Amino acid sequence: MELDELVRSSGEWLRGSGPQSDIVMSSRIRLARNLADYPFISKAAESDRAEIERTLHDAVVKASASPHLQYLDVDKLAGLDRQFLVERQLISREHAESEGARGVAIDAGEQVSLMVNEEDHLRIQVMHSGLDLEQAWEQINHIDDLIADHVTFAYNERLGYLTACPTNAGTGMRVSVLLHLPALVLTRQIEKVFRSLQKINLAVRGLYGEGSQAMGDFYQISNQITLGRTESSLVKQVGDVVPVIIDYERRARSALIQESQENLHDRVSRAYGILRTAQTISSEETMHLLSSVRMGVNLGLLPDLEIPTVNKLFIHTQPAHLQKLNGAELGTADRNIERAKYLREHLNKGDGKSSQN
Amino acid sequence: MKCQKCEKTATFHITELTGGKPQELHLCEECAREYLTQPDSSDGTPASLAGALAQQLAVGQTAADLARLDQQACPVCGITFFEFRNKGRLGCPHDYVCFEKELDPLLLNIHGETRHVGKHPRRSAADTDSQTQLIRLRREMKEAIAAEDYERASELRDEIRQVKEGTG
Repeated sequence: MELDELVRSSGEWLRGSGPQSDIVMSSRIRLARNLADYPFISKAAESDRAEIERTLHDAVVKASASPHLQYLDVDKLAGLDRQFLVERQLISREHAESEGARGVAIDAGEQVSLMVNEEDHLRIQVMHSGLDLEQAWEQINHIDDLIADHVTFAYNERLGYLTACPTNAGTGMRVSVLLHLPALVLTRQIEKVFRSLQKINLAVRGLYGEGSQAMGDFYQISNQITLGRTESSLVKQVGDVVPVIIDYERRARSALIQESQENLHDRVSRAYGILRTAQTISSEETMHLLSSVRMGVNLGLLPDLEIPTVNKLFIHTQPAHLQKLNGAELGTADRNIERAKYLREHLNKGDGKSSQN
Repeated sequence: MKCQKCEKTATFHITELTGGKPQELHLCEECAREYLTQPDSSDGTPASLAGALAQQLAVGQTAADLARLDQQACPVCGITFFEFRNKGRLGCPHDYVCFEKELDPLLLNIHGETRHVGKHPRRSAADTDSQTQLIRLRREMKEAIAAEDYERASELRDEIRQVKEGTG
């Protein structure tokens, strides 16, 4: 698998399939692990980092943790390629921007990614489209076992898996679900949802951008506690709250329609209109408008469009994706022109259905 | 009183009222300015950890206690508690043992628990002591090389080899 082969697809989390995929984009679980016989990253010398990288690279390959794993030396990748992997959610921003020996193993289906030398020596991640936490847990649990047959992880009887940051100790597990919540944002109920989630120790953050106003109305909900609970109970804690939020979002959508079907249809159609005709457009505006369009498609207001097409546009209009698709590095102004061109091409061809039509 | 973030004298005394109980912070002018102008947790320290750390420090610690605590160092990786407090990241697995008294209240604050009940590795670490020893020996070897004490470095290399074979 070459990086360039990934460029034209849109990745597991935007496949737009799986249970509740009109609102739940993806289900993701990650496990933090460290080798028992090396210092954590903050105290690791360059030579330690190189040895850790070699040890875990070997272990991941030997364990054949997942079929068709491709190992990438992140330190040697070009900046644009690293950015591309971040947009694809296969590595973290920190992993892309740090220095020294580090890598990532990715499976062909983009469900599994294993980051070496991130904040911890090993970060295993499994991502499934839609609401699918139980399966994701089964898969990641198995991968963790396979790798543990080849290395010794830092583990303490009382405290469980030991991690660089005490916020991850115990299970080392973060369970997160990525939700598209445009109606809760429009009806100004999103803050209320945040506050109630924080009360039950769940964290919420926007997918892109900082602050509470997430770009494209994407929000990630995850567990904050990692110690003193079993993995299954953490999966359940996050899994149980998601249907409640889905229900809130659906009710907010119904309320918007009831209040004024015309206004909502107008908002969605105008967003669609701008995306189809703009000559230059920023990534931020694109995300904002695509979010309205996506909700419109889900509510049957834009019968010409399909969700996978919209999902693909979300990812392909990101800066690094756009540049990879163009095969050249572009400045902001040129990117905005190319982005508008790309959107026009994909939203105006034929009836706007996905590419095979 | 010394600044909680550096070695200078604390001249700013801030009471933070956001989230849970009020927290007292004692900072020098420079760190106070940084603290007050920074958006939350922009230093990469998770908000929950930063909060727990600040709260822990606020609980009845005199400056002398704090200074003593800050100078404690892990015999394996060499990290001081001051360094951990600043970076929010530990230096090696042994820190959880040697800073147990300081970390337990912190873990309790973050997780509400201090006992793991989840999965464990199928093949549990045969001998964690020797794993920890390896971290220390490697560090000592690097220090010996840096000090151009090659005789000591080669002794340490042999020792590392022995420990590794022992744990096979």
